[in-house]
Amino acid sequence: MSEITLNVNGKQHALAVDPETPLLFVLSDELGLRGPRFGCGMAQCGACTVIMRGQVVRSCVMPLKAVGQNEVTTLEGLGTPEKPHPIQQAFIDEGAAQCGFCLSGVILTAKAVLDVKPDASDQEIRDALGGVLCRCFAHTRMLRAIRKYAEARGA
Amino acid sequence: MTHSRREFLIGCGSLIVSFRAGVLSAQDRGPFGTHLSHIDPEKLDSWLAVHSDGIITAYAGKCDFGQGIFTAQSQLIAEELCVPIGRVKLIQCDTSVTPDQGTTSGSQSTPTNFNSENLALAAATAREALLSLAGKKLGEPVEQLTLADGVIIGKMGRRVRYEELIGNQHFNLPLSATARRRSAADWTVLGKPIPSLDRTALMTGQFEFVHHVRVAGMLHGRVVRLPGMGATVAHVDEQSVGNVRGLVKVVVRKDFVGVVAETQYGAALAARQLAVQWNPGPELPPQRKFFDYLQKQPARDLLSVDSGDIDAQLAAGSSVIRARYTYPYQMHGSVGASCAVADVKPEGATVWSATQSAYPTRSIVAKLLDMPPDKVRVIYVRGSGCYGLNGADAASFDAAILSQAVGRPVRLQFSRQDEMMWENLGSACVVEHRAALAQDGRIVAWDREDWVASLGNRPGYDQPGNVITGMLLGYEPEPIEPRSAKPPAGELRNQSNTVPSYFAGCVGGSCDGGGTIRSERALTHTVRSPFFTGPLRSPLRIQNTFANECFMDELCAQAKSDPVDFRLQHLENSRVIGVLRAAAKAAGWQARSLARAADIPRAHTVSGRGIACVAYEGDNGYAALVAEVDVDLETGSVRPKRFVIALDCGPISNPDGLRNQTEGGILQGMSRALVEEVTWDEKRVTSADWETYNTLYLDYEMPAIETVFVTPPNVPATGAGETAITVTPASIGNAIFDATGARLRDLPFTPARVKAALLDRAHRDEKAQV
Repeated sequence: MSEITLNVNGKQHALAVDPETPLLFVLSDELGLRGPRFGCGMAQCGACTVIMRGQVVRSCVMPLKAVGQNEVTTLEGLGTPEKPHPIQQAFIDEGAAQCGFCLSGVILTAKAVLDVKPDASDQEIRDALGGVLCRCFAHTRMLRAIRKYAEARGA
Repeated sequence: MTHSRREFLIGCGSLIVSFRAGVLSAQDRGPFGTHLSHIDPEKLDSWLAVHSDGIITAYAGKCDFGQGIFTAQSQLIAEELCVPIGRVKLIQCDTSVTPDQGTTSGSQSTPTNFNSENLALAAATAREALLSLAGKKLGEPVEQLTLADGVIIGKMGRRVRYEELIGNQHFNLPLSATARRRSAADWTVLGKPIPSLDRTALMTGQFEFVHHVRVAGMLHGRVVRLPGMGATVAHVDEQSVGNVRGLVKVVVRKDFVGVVAETQYGAALAARQLAVQWNPGPELPPQRKFFDYLQKQPARDLLSVDSGDIDAQLAAGSSVIRARYTYPYQMHGSVGASCAVADVKPEGATVWSATQSAYPTRSIVAKLLDMPPDKVRVIYVRGSGCYGLNGADAASFDAAILSQAVGRPVRLQFSRQDEMMWENLGSACVVEHRAALAQDGRIVAWDREDWVASLGNRPGYDQPGNVITGMLLGYEPEPIEPRSAKPPAGELRNQSNTVPSYFAGCVGGSCDGGGTIRSERALTHTVRSPFFTGPLRSPLRIQNTFANECFMDELCAQAKSDPVDFRLQHLENSRVIGVLRAAAKAAGWQARSLARAADIPRAHTVSGRGIACVAYEGDNGYAALVAEVDVDLETGSVRPKRFVIALDCGPISNPDGLRNQTEGGILQGMSRALVEEVTWDEKRVTSADWETYNTLYLDYEMPAIETVFVTPPNVPATGAGETAITVTPASIGNAIFDATGARLRDLPFTPARVKAALLDRAHRDEKAQV
């Protein structure tokens, strides 16, 4: 097994892993990251979401070899408990979760759409979240947090 | 948080909590209807410890899976002991240190731990004990002492800190039955909207779920489930996975099949690739005729109420109305496929589990591993939100079996299909109603009969066969012996909300139903289900309340009465009346006796509002919900626009947490009402992922939700996490009727069903005109 270099949250990692391994397993098991999580393994729910080249990616179906030199950002790559990213702060302020398992999909997808289109309408934000699932149904608070972040960001 | 589990335990109070493993027999019954554990719930030290640094550790047997009980229990301790919440360290559900409080379920955590027993009583006992110690130390009568921030202050201003009184020492006291809770009027922490303590870690990706537990030397496991219910292993071809890199073992135990590999990827590949020949099980009953099938099966019958005069009263009534309601199987459908980690060694086993039942899981794991229960430790770690019995228990058993087979720690991860095809589903039900109205429109008699599909349940302490893993290992689910019903005796039991709120509910000479209808009968037939079933949020309560509250609306329409007035006419329970009035007021309810549909039959989109109410489990929380919906008459699509709920759950621990639970409950109930339904073919469940099991994603345009709390004085705290969801499907069904004049009696309210109901209504109108 040859060594593969992976850039995650601003750090380089040299890994001896089967290049077919889904990125999610590498992030979870090799790097010990907790943001992206195994929900379905089929790109249907968003729990494993990471950002790559400004786009949201479902890491459960992306083989490691497809990542190349692209920088991968996970939920913990946005901000820290001491200094959360503004979108994380908005979610903290709104208490926008119950179990919280789905948050990588919700927060990173919303951030990605607002990075591309800072004045996105509620409808556009919802459309972007079309493949993201929260089974606790904390939807109302989540959309309120995203709206709050969008407004603060635009200001 | 990189400390090992062992350090964690030592750091959090094993110094203080006594270990007396194995002293009590596992067969003895404890105070929670559970087995006695080595941690005696009668002793204060089992619940609470004061450390030398002033930190207060509390040990609770009720755990947080997203519903907010971690924060609320921390508030409770902070409140009773007068310390800032940051000084409370709560340990939840670890069988080596927390008391056995059974299962965290059934909206029982708040009534159990927030009234005058258990955790609340322990905290009150500790406060009084500290005051007593301080009185002695300061030489002052206890009545002169005040508490603030973990310091006790005497009249002369002398101060002593808790840790100076008892830091790192046992109290050596029993819980005091006379210990007084602090008055709700004085609360500064409890009852306040304290931000949930887990949120920063959650939002920044630092929170540890059970999926993140890592143990030194850990391997990865997957299971290979049977192709359909009743299938058995004929042959396992280990050669078929010979090429999988890092494969450690193929594990076969009767019909249990699993694989263990060095990596998660290796385990997933092996599970997918392993060739297993199965002997097929019996064919499943066809889904399209399932409810007819259900009603023809042998059943275990139970009468909740029976006034004995129902047939005579129905015959005498001026009009008799009948209706049949159906409710499908639905799923817990957790976002995260279940996971558990087990480390089984000959001398003992540790399981990190997202189970709601730490101690029962300990007993089942012990049974499956053939170990004494006191050699097994179950540590609760949060999983994906479960809403009841998702795959967490089965995953914990699977992990333990795999770990035992390979002699190393194993992390077991379910696939999406493992989770969705083999979970314990929410029961499918049929409810048939018959009721008679008097000339004045009042209900004089109501007969209701329901058929419930049931197989298995929570495994408890001794029923491994209640979930899939146990069945694969040869254990039977708890049996359903067909038998006819005995007359109701003792007192009214309405845990499943079988009995509508309008029944007088007379049993054994006492009428506790809360309603006015005295000619009443409620008969339940429990039938063996072809699939495993279990407690899905508001188990049977949501099914029964859907049928009861929609039928109440039908009776109201027949009586040409207003749905709020009509309900009030048949209610005596002041708390149901209280929430009903509060919801109607907050929603701006305007009385009208005919469906709005009568006014505007030609519009493309029509609007309506409906109401439903419940006394959850008869006396464990009260809710009334007004739904406002739009119905597209061409597509049959239903769009809820606004919900207004009034909720009475007694004193509230955390209003923000309660709002969160209420909003989530309503929206989850809306998803269940509109789209959720398990499907199957002749062999197996076919709704096995998110393409095949419908739910509402985050792109769904959510309705506005307004929440009103009603809190009567001097009532105990009740459950609250399941009340809102219980009334949601009925409120939507009643709003659809108001909008269209069409009655939906089969859940979910799919566009096809709505269109069929609209056509049906149109035919009836035509007939009426002819």
